[in-house]
Amino acid sequence: MIAVERFEQLAQSAIDGLRPGENLSLSLEAEASEFVRFNQARVRQAGHVRQAMLTLVLDDGTRQASIQLTLTGSADDTGKVMAAVEQLRHLLPLLAIDPWLASNTEVWNVRKATQECIDETDTARVVDHICTAAAGLDLVGILASGPIYRGFANSAGAFGWHQAHSLHVDWSLFHPNGQAVKAGLATPGWDPDAFDRQLALGRQQLEYLGLPVVTVKPGDHRAYLAPAALDELLGMLAWGGFSAQALASQASPLQKLYSGQASLNTAVSVSERITGSLSPAFSSEGRPRLDLPLITNGAAGERLVSSRSATEYGIPCNGADPGEGPVALDMAPGELALSKVPEALDRGLYINNLWYLNYSDMPAARLTGLTRFATFWVEHGQIVGPVDTMRFDDSVYDLLGNQLLALTQERELIVSTNTYEQRHTASSRLPGALVNRLRLTL
Amino acid sequence: MRTAAHAHSLRYVRQADHYLCVRRGVAEPPRLVLDEGAMLVARVGGSEAYAATSDLSLRGLQQALERAEALARQLAGHGLVDLAPLGMVEGQQDYLAPGVKQPFATLADCLELLQAEAGRVPNDARFANWEASLGVSEVEQLYFNSAGAQLRQAFRFVYPGISVTAANDEDSQTRTLGRENFGQQGGLDVLQRLGLAGSAARVADEALQLLLAPNTPEGPRDLLLMPDQMALQIHESIGHPLELDRILGDERNYAGTSFVKREDFGTLRYGSPLLNVTFDPELPEQLASYRFDDEGTPTSKVWLIQHGILLRPLGSPLSSLRSGLAGLANSRASSWNRAPIDRMANINIEPGEQSLEALIGSVERGILMRTNRSWSIDDARNKFQFGCQWGQLIENGRLGAVVKNPNYRGISSSFWRGLKGVGDRSTLEVLGTPNCGKGEPNQVVRVGHASPACLFSDIDVFGGRE
Repeated sequence: MIAVERFEQLAQSAIDGLRPGENLSLSLEAEASEFVRFNQARVRQAGHVRQAMLTLVLDDGTRQASIQLTLTGSADDTGKVMAAVEQLRHLLPLLAIDPWLASNTEVWNVRKATQECIDETDTARVVDHICTAAAGLDLVGILASGPIYRGFANSAGAFGWHQAHSLHVDWSLFHPNGQAVKAGLATPGWDPDAFDRQLALGRQQLEYLGLPVVTVKPGDHRAYLAPAALDELLGMLAWGGFSAQALASQASPLQKLYSGQASLNTAVSVSERITGSLSPAFSSEGRPRLDLPLITNGAAGERLVSSRSATEYGIPCNGADPGEGPVALDMAPGELALSKVPEALDRGLYINNLWYLNYSDMPAARLTGLTRFATFWVEHGQIVGPVDTMRFDDSVYDLLGNQLLALTQERELIVSTNTYEQRHTASSRLPGALVNRLRLTL
Repeated sequence: MRTAAHAHSLRYVRQADHYLCVRRGVAEPPRLVLDEGAMLVARVGGSEAYAATSDLSLRGLQQALERAEALARQLAGHGLVDLAPLGMVEGQQDYLAPGVKQPFATLADCLELLQAEAGRVPNDARFANWEASLGVSEVEQLYFNSAGAQLRQAFRFVYPGISVTAANDEDSQTRTLGRENFGQQGGLDVLQRLGLAGSAARVADEALQLLLAPNTPEGPRDLLLMPDQMALQIHESIGHPLELDRILGDERNYAGTSFVKREDFGTLRYGSPLLNVTFDPELPEQLASYRFDDEGTPTSKVWLIQHGILLRPLGSPLSSLRSGLAGLANSRASSWNRAPIDRMANINIEPGEQSLEALIGSVERGILMRTNRSWSIDDARNKFQFGCQWGQLIENGRLGAVVKNPNYRGISSSFWRGLKGVGDRSTLEVLGTPNCGKGEPNQVVRVGHASPACLFSDIDVFGGRE
């Protein structure tokens, strides 16, 4: 797999070949991944993926174009990169002058690399442990592990390198009645003891899932949203919610919050906290990421601003990726002890996970979605039984506004298991939320 | 290549994309992609594993094959399925999809077209954003295996679109043409079929109409879905539930399961007798038309639901082996770096006999909805809620007022039984999306859905927040 020295060589070769007035940036996303799928605690599909994608962005001071290409990891890559730069060079004169072009001339240097914790040949050992430990259980899920690399270099002299090794096992345990509990393990390397502990916890929860199913009717119910459930809610809001471009285009679900027409509960404070997170300290367009307060005591704070939005709207860039979504969301804790949640809930839904959220009315931040994995009905602070899948439809301005009763003192670090195109590095740290009313519709 | 595996295969994918967008009158920097790599699969006894690499030298491919073989050996004994009985395809064939041989318009010409179209959005301060965009993706695939198969395919996918957002202090409404709802194979003919040129002013006008419109009223009504919402309805509540890997439990940790059971095939009344659904990878312009799937299985048109009765699942030869149900050619991967799994391809509703006017005329109290904007369905693909951009009330057989935020909800297992009218061929549109997500590791594939307008009885509809 590509090493920092090789990336530096590639970048230098490309930069050395630039003509006067040209600016070039190179952004690398590479990984070597072991993927193993499980069904019924046995291997359904297994393999290895080695990939390296390099994005080149060339501008001549007035126009810009980009190309993403796959690197082979061999000496051929230098020629591929040079040819790609030449292709962009020929393209630029065909373009109109770009009034929102933002050449990146900041000079910085960040290097972070963690030591390898799992040998890639150890996959069989990990699989053997998982299959043996879960024998007799209906375990479904995936093991994904290996090194991840992110690199950035530009002709202004900025350079960033981020190398981390990670392993996640993301799984569900199914009861014969179809109910399931979700669990996960995200560690730098294989930790069999941690896996065994999580599995034991899942076994215990399966007992609750075996209780007779409680039928809950549509209507308003008191509810506790565990951190993973709240993560789904905030994940939807993060999709354009804090984006400078979405806000300027009236396409943000938090439009009314940022315009001051609406507010959230004063207990709600959300920030982008890069410091100490799993994400690279630099964006894919080569800007140092910043820690930013996005919502403070229920009121709008900063918005996420990419280079292009900074030029287009005349506001300072703060290190957001072009998509302007948070990568290390951090929600402030509250005062409710986790151990007191059932008592505080008293009668209602204990929801561990939500699923498939989307907007019923985006400007109103009104969302719909479903319960999934281990949702229980609670009476007098005691679990009565699992609840079948229910749909909710409610506004964030209610759920995290006047209907929010408390946030937990304890928070969970939720590491992204997203593997679309590549293994992602985003994470969030969230409390659980007790709400007075969740509106179920189906 | 050298291997001691009992069977092996190589799948190569090369994809060249370009994406152009003019936003608020300014051309965004063009984005180009050039991606290529290969997946090697080795089978040792009944155990199989893969290794994917972008190193396409003989040495790189050989290393990947050895790695796959070693992993297959290491994991033997832990496999869910004994793959030894699964045969490998044979034969040699090439397929060039429509338009592949003809060069596409130059990038400069494409930008000029988009710039002109974006310029047709009227100058009105209420337009907060407007975009004209074009994505073009050219894909070549090779599949070779140790049984002697040599299969080559080449495609071009085109995704044109317009989007306009109108806003005031209280609300914002977006109207689109194409984009996520419309992708086809071909060349510039795709843009003509969409009617991109000359449409921006109409799209903008409709966005303003929505901004000024009242909310959709709440309550049960007959629901007339136009093809650009039917595509989503088919996708979520027919396509996914029929995927056999979901029924076999592979996807329970991520994409979910299905309300359909193995024993339902051949007997379940999925919809009213008007419902006829096909798996049809043979419509040349449709997004997921191909000759072979990603494991080389040749395609053909298959009836999944006929006169409302569920007949066949969407399962690969492997899923067929596991379930005992008939399989088809739907083992598909997003690219060289993801392994094939059971997928939809083109899942279409066959046209009926009623014109759009006849469908509208048959409704006493209803609503027409078009263009999907929101989708949510449970992990068994049963309880759904979908939202559209455009609603129009139908009263006493006539189209009436425009309404905004049209949403509806229902349950798949009963929804299709309420199908009471199917539009004729004049109402049919061939649509598709490149963004169907599924699988662990995650992957998106192109899917196509052709549908006529369809009428459903007594559906729970509602609007946005007042």
